[in-house]
Amino acid sequence: MSRKLTIRALKYNPLSKISKPQFVSYELEETPFMTIFVCLTLIREKFDADLSFDFVCRAGICGSCAMMINGVPKLACKTLTKDYKDGVIELMPMPAFRHIKDLSVNTGEWFEDMCKRVESWVHTDKETDISKIEEKIEPEVADETFELDRCIECGICLASCATKLMRPNFIGATGLLRTARYLQDPHDERSVEDFYELVGDDDGVFGCMSLLACEDNCPKELPLQSKIAYMRRQLVAQRNK
Amino acid sequence: MNIQYSDALVIGGGLAGLRAAIEVAKTDQSVTLLSICPVKRSHSAAVQGGMQASLGNGAKGEGDNEDLHFADTVKGSDWGCDQEVARMFAQTAPKAVRELASWGVPWTRVTKGPRTVVINAQKTVIEEKEAAHGLINARDFGGTKKWRTCFIADATGHCMLYGVANEAIKNEVKIIDRMEAVRIMHDGKKCLGVIARDLTNGELTAFVARGTMIATGGYGRIYKQTTNAVICEGTGAAIALETGLCRLSNMEAVQFHPTPIVPSGILLTEGCRGDGGVLRDVDGYRFMPDYEPEKKELASRDVVSRRMMEHIRKGKGVKSPYGDHLWLDISILGRAHIEKNLRDVQDICKTFNGIDPADEGPKGWAPVLPMQHYSMGGIRTKPTGESQWLDGLFACGEAACWDMHGFNRLGGNSCAETVVAGMIVGDYFADYCKKNGEVIDTNIVKDFLTKEYEYLKSLANKDGKNDVFEIKNKMKEIMWEKVAIFRTGEGLKEAVDELEELYKKSLDVKVHNKELDCANPELEEAYRVPRMLKVALCVAYGALLRTESRGAHYREDYPKRDDLNWMKRTLTYWVEGENMPRVEYDELDIMKMEMPPAFRGYGAKGNIIENPLSAKRQEEVDSIREKMENEGKGRYEIQEALMPYELQAKYKAKNQRIGVDYE
Ligand SMILES: Cc1cc2nc3c(=O)[nH]c(=O)nc-3n(C[C@H](O)[C@H](O)[C@H](O)COP(=O)(O)OP(=O)(O)OC[C@H]3O[C@@H](n4cnc5c(N)ncnc54)[C@H](O)[C@@H]3O)c2cc1C
Ligand code: SF4
Ligand code: FES
Repeated sequence: MSRKLTIRALKYNPLSKISKPQFVSYELEETPFMTIFVCLTLIREKFDADLSFDFVCRAGICGSCAMMINGVPKLACKTLTKDYKDGVIELMPMPAFRHIKDLSVNTGEWFEDMCKRVESWVHTDKETDISKIEEKIEPEVADETFELDRCIECGICLASCATKLMRPNFIGATGLLRTARYLQDPHDERSVEDFYELVGDDDGVFGCMSLLACEDNCPKELPLQSKIAYMRRQLVAQRNK
Repeated sequence: MNIQYSDALVIGGGLAGLRAAIEVAKTDQSVTLLSICPVKRSHSAAVQGGMQASLGNGAKGEGDNEDLHFADTVKGSDWGCDQEVARMFAQTAPKAVRELASWGVPWTRVTKGPRTVVINAQKTVIEEKEAAHGLINARDFGGTKKWRTCFIADATGHCMLYGVANEAIKNEVKIIDRMEAVRIMHDGKKCLGVIARDLTNGELTAFVARGTMIATGGYGRIYKQTTNAVICEGTGAAIALETGLCRLSNMEAVQFHPTPIVPSGILLTEGCRGDGGVLRDVDGYRFMPDYEPEKKELASRDVVSRRMMEHIRKGKGVKSPYGDHLWLDISILGRAHIEKNLRDVQDICKTFNGIDPADEGPKGWAPVLPMQHYSMGGIRTKPTGESQWLDGLFACGEAACWDMHGFNRLGGNSCAETVVAGMIVGDYFADYCKKNGEVIDTNIVKDFLTKEYEYLKSLANKDGKNDVFEIKNKMKEIMWEKVAIFRTGEGLKEAVDELEELYKKSLDVKVHNKELDCANPELEEAYRVPRMLKVALCVAYGALLRTESRGAHYREDYPKRDDLNWMKRTLTYWVEGENMPRVEYDELDIMKMEMPPAFRGYGAKGNIIENPLSAKRQEEVDSIREKMENEGKGRYEIQEALMPYELQAKYKAKNQRIGVDYE
């Protein structure tokens, strides 16, 4: 039985002098397993070609499409309309990032900056000869690194984070997870001290107030709180040394 | 006027573009990289199954080497590939995987001792050697002799892309995202860079460089049913075409993947079948062994896709509101295996279809249907990656026809190509930038900028008759109805005519929002759709003219592979102002092949119109081989005698493997 959906989307172009933030409503016929991706694509084709939003993979793996859906940050491509009982869905851009237009925000620049801040790459003095057999890694260790490598840089944890909203420079759960990832990776030779240099302050690991929304909303179900706690223990020990 | 200079310019931030950019950055030249989306969101992130490289670590990979990888690739290509390039590739692939490991890509590793796997729907125990413990593991994929596909659960592309992107950031590649290349600047002979449009504020910038590389990925979105990300619109290839100089090659070679889920088209990786999953029909019957007794579900993709469609045509499909489909059953692999190695597959099935594929019996079966998946065709290049027709323009990755895939690419060979070509072509590209392209006439640059601005302004101000989305959707339908898995001369002719009409219409559309200085999605469609139509026309027209079946290109009216007339590459180019591409051909020289054309080992036998040169060359090859073997020569020397190929020394170096060292 199909029903009518009402999609209310925030429209606003910050670059225009005359544009004012406003909600625009669109009415659609629901189809089975309809996602917000399907809705927004239809809206652009049928009702409002000018509505800005971001999708790339439409499969929940690239992290492009995070937005506020009825007040909760979610991946729009993975959000099914059937989960909204009254059929009214309100879409807004995520806070915590620079607004581009309508539902589109600039997560790319934030994440590139984060990667630079935590130096998100393997640090080593070893030269690898790529013609030779690779370094052996314990299978469980590789699996554990993979578990922490799964972040898709969607920004949902940041949009959920009260600290980030008060302290714009806060590196967020995702930044701290990244440090834990490299601390865990046997290829990376950085020590706890090195990470202390990068994130041992209130914009880093000591800024977190443990409100847990990041972990609740992370679409990849990453162990954000336990890793932040882990980093904090490591770095506190470092500070007290 | 915005003009930015750098030594090298890379368009596209998927695995190919990023890896190539690193290669240039390592030579201390400045590199700018443009991408429509943040680079880590590129389509490369979608690679689930893995990357082929003949490491030979696991028990099922034992004895593997670059010779076998080369042979599988050539067969897979249905002899349409450039064998020298396939050699360059197979030799470098193990190095690429090992390099990525050293950059922290957390490849799944081998655990010593016995483990249970599913082979041909049977649980089987294999024993992993002590010596392999902790080395990179590999899984089985279609069309390969050995288990050769290195993987990280089913998030291989994500981890590879992050590894490479982070390394690019470390190497100070200047990454500019939400920046779309819309025009290639050139002086008729040499490429000068591109004009790009900022997708956040509409600004135009001329990016001037000594060398330019296009690594913009595939063009799957010209089809209605596709596994590709929404940004895979082929505009990179299209702007090369629009130079009027560059050729796109083998555009009709479009691969269809057997197991995207219905209706969303999101891919369930080949790893599902590689790990032992099976296909079932409306009666729950496993039909593939009837068609392909030897390779079954693991024949190459073109073959499996066609067999599935054939079976559906026999009335064995499952009816659904979205048309007929078949089932993919992975429940036989067991919940534990699925939850570890096919986690994203499980997640996709649950989210988009409400199915848990680990549930046994029909409850856990996922509805699947072959859909467009990969573009073997692209910007034609030499083995160095440079265009033959425009100096200083390079291409690599899915956007290119470097031509190691010919008419069908093997699963796991494409993300392998991206990084391998990124290394090899990236190195030639770096060299080019170092040695070439001093003097640039800024007048030409200014001219291009002004023209582009005028063009966009006139587009925005158009009050044309047509709706750009209607045109786009019509194109996608035509491609899906008439230029898909089964093709006929009649259907293709209609497709070409209809596409040409659409192309003309696409030049007269209405854009509602006239603003140029902001994100303007409708305007973006207005300049992209005519480009997509050009690409679609190259595909359809090339397919119409190619009166044979080879790899993924299947003509019902010409079911045989015709080596007598069609051992050649299609080259299409576009003369400005015309409504259709022009076509020419490039012969493949059988007498230079290390592996002359023969039967592929799957699909129907005897379905080839033979070329007498094949037998002649085979005799030659056999006699050289026999003679050299008798003289006690090793496999490297024999290979060199059969088909010498050039490759940078650092990549040509022999690969070490456990048990055999460098042999
Ligand atoms: C669902 C799926 C699963 C796959 N699984 C596998 C697998 O298991 N194994 C395997 O080997 N292969 C697999 N492939 C194929 C593989 O993903 C691609 O062939 C490969 O990732 C292409 O990489 P690329 O770097 O060439 O392009 P992409 O990763 O597509 O990157 C293209 C880049 O170009 C940019 N771009 C495009 N146009 C422009 C423009 N005009 N201006 C500026 N930038 C532009 C984009 O922003 C992007 O950064 C899979 C493909 C799909 C669809
Ligand atoms: S940690 Fe989770 S929520 Fe945060 S960016 Fe990564 S995937 Fe998104
Ligand atoms: S579009 Fe990629 S996660 Fe939603």
